[in-house]
Amino acid sequence: MAELLFWPALIAYGEAAFAYAGDARHPGSLGRLATWGVRLGWVVQTALLVAQAARADGFPWDTWAGSLNLFVWLVVGAYLIWGCKPRYRLLGLVVMPLAALLLAISYAGGGAAATGRSGYSTIFLVLHVGLVLAGFAGLTLAAALAALYLWEERLLKRHSPRVLKFRAPSLATLDRLVGRTVAVALPLLTLGMAVGFARLRGRSDLDPLIGLTVLAWSVYGAFLVLRYGVGWRGRRAAYMALIGFALVIALHLGLPTSHFA
Amino acid sequence: MNVVVVGTSHRLAPVGVREQVALDLAAAAELARRLADGGEAVCLSTCNRTEIYLAHADPDEAEERAGAALAEGEIELYRLRDEAAALHLFRVAAGLDSLVPGEGEILGQVRDAYESGACGPVLDRLFRQALHAGKKVRTETAISESPSSISSAAAALAQQVFGDLEGCRVLLVGAGEVSELAARSLAKRGASISAVTSRTQGRADELAGRFGGRSVAFDELGQELAGVDVVISSTSAPAHVLTAEQIPDRKGRPLFVIDLAVPRDVDPAVSGLDGCYLYDIDDLQAVVSESLTGRWREAARAETIVVHEAERFRSWQASLEVVPAIASLRRRAETIRAGELAKAEGRLGGLSESERRTVESLTTQIVNKLLHVPIVRLKEAAATEGTGYVDVARHLFGLGEGEGATQDRKSGK
Repeated sequence: MAELLFWPALIAYGEAAFAYAGDARHPGSLGRLATWGVRLGWVVQTALLVAQAARADGFPWDTWAGSLNLFVWLVVGAYLIWGCKPRYRLLGLVVMPLAALLLAISYAGGGAAATGRSGYSTIFLVLHVGLVLAGFAGLTLAAALAALYLWEERLLKRHSPRVLKFRAPSLATLDRLVGRTVAVALPLLTLGMAVGFARLRGRSDLDPLIGLTVLAWSVYGAFLVLRYGVGWRGRRAAYMALIGFALVIALHLGLPTSHFA
Repeated sequence: MNVVVVGTSHRLAPVGVREQVALDLAAAAELARRLADGGEAVCLSTCNRTEIYLAHADPDEAEERAGAALAEGEIELYRLRDEAAALHLFRVAAGLDSLVPGEGEILGQVRDAYESGACGPVLDRLFRQALHAGKKVRTETAISESPSSISSAAAALAQQVFGDLEGCRVLLVGAGEVSELAARSLAKRGASISAVTSRTQGRADELAGRFGGRSVAFDELGQELAGVDVVISSTSAPAHVLTAEQIPDRKGRPLFVIDLAVPRDVDPAVSGLDGCYLYDIDDLQAVVSESLTGRWREAARAETIVVHEAERFRSWQASLEVVPAIASLRRRAETIRAGELAKAEGRLGGLSESERRTVESLTTQIVNKLLHVPIVRLKEAAATEGTGYVDVARHLFGLGEGEGATQDRKSGK
């Protein structure tokens, strides 16, 4: 039953991705269609997660594929905060294809199945995975905003006559949002990491992924210090957010080889 | 009741002709009142058009009166009726009949004409729907969002960099008319003109005073650059007046530079500085051209909206024709029902009060059910095929004849 909910969610996300692409070419009613695709897909995915939670003995997303499923839900949920506004529709062009792709990968890895058994169920794990993934979701959104900033800045620098056609948010708004999103996401990641370290206390099974997580945390920490302390803004800040996101991707790719191995 | 529009516009007449029939709001209101003569009339007069809308039972007479008011014979006029007239007004309100498609001023002018006109039920509905269509086009399409002039393009680009221009400080280099226009466009969006510098100090003082800014000496230009967000340059200097070296480290704060001068005032190397966005007159012209192309594209979408609204108006207008016929049909049926019941009064004498109410209800229900389908079909046909069916219904049921005869009998004729 739970698996049946996967397909409508994927189709809705896919439809949103295509509609956003169409809206970028010809701004108009496709944007609204895309937004409804996101909303519908997110509601269906929420139902999928609820069904998974109801069937599982413990924490249902303790596999790599399962965590990816939860991650996609968090990213789309975070996107929905801004995505409904017409001026942020271009952000969907970055977020929704990624969401559809990751959801498909999660399904292929068995992340959408309701198995009914769970290897872990401690509150530590639930908090650790939940907080870290919420932090990652925020950082993913920050990267999408940074990418949108760089794309728009490039159009302005090159004097593209089409720069006003896309009705994107202003550079200042995007710059501000990148900073704020990281400022919200990093404390979540920090808490998730703290819970993870607390769980590991007294044990020596540290893996390279923990080192990579600390590195990503340091990059984003430096981002916030430079952004709000030194006054780094604009292109430099956007590049830094993207470097941090490259580490987040590396962390995701590394998860099956260490944490969930 | 027919709707008629008679008028002339930039599509038909050059400005020399249009100015002969142009009216200010008070004169347009006066003309509308005079032409209405107890009926309905609205006069819309802008720099691009003068049009008279009339609602009248005799469209030929209405056209003649409106034409005479606009000096027919001396200037060429267009005449449209009913749905075509409605479609025309909706296109006008949506800015689709303007020189620059989607321009915003016309909607306010249509509202002013409506409010000062002599409206009755027909023109009231027509103009309210026109205002609705105009707003709908502007909210559901991007027709009015892109800039249509160099100065508005400069302001729109500044907004694309800074977002809200409230609190943005602008430096004017050169105090010519071109930079004043651009400054006005920025000020309208919330920016403050903080300083004006020009080689002609008197002109700089005057312009600074007009915008509430400071006038600064031309050789202090470099110092001023540290504190502003937007620079508009339009001098007649033969060489660059602003170079990349003059721009101080802005610590990540963006600087938007608009160079409206030919030859250019600003060294193109400024564009290479981090956070600096330099647009010259050609760049801005390209943005305007692209945006006008976009407006024409959006105009095609807007046309479908106004056509739909015109269709709605036509349906409403058709319903005006059918409503009296339906009322007449119901009245006739009720007269027959009540009459037949009265005839049977003697035979129903033995019925109790409750049984009488049942008979009343039964006969009413029979009449209502018999009339339901014809009435629905009449309404549908009026909306889609005009008033032909209404005439047929009047003929078949003898509507009007009986009533006329009854009235005649009552009046003793």
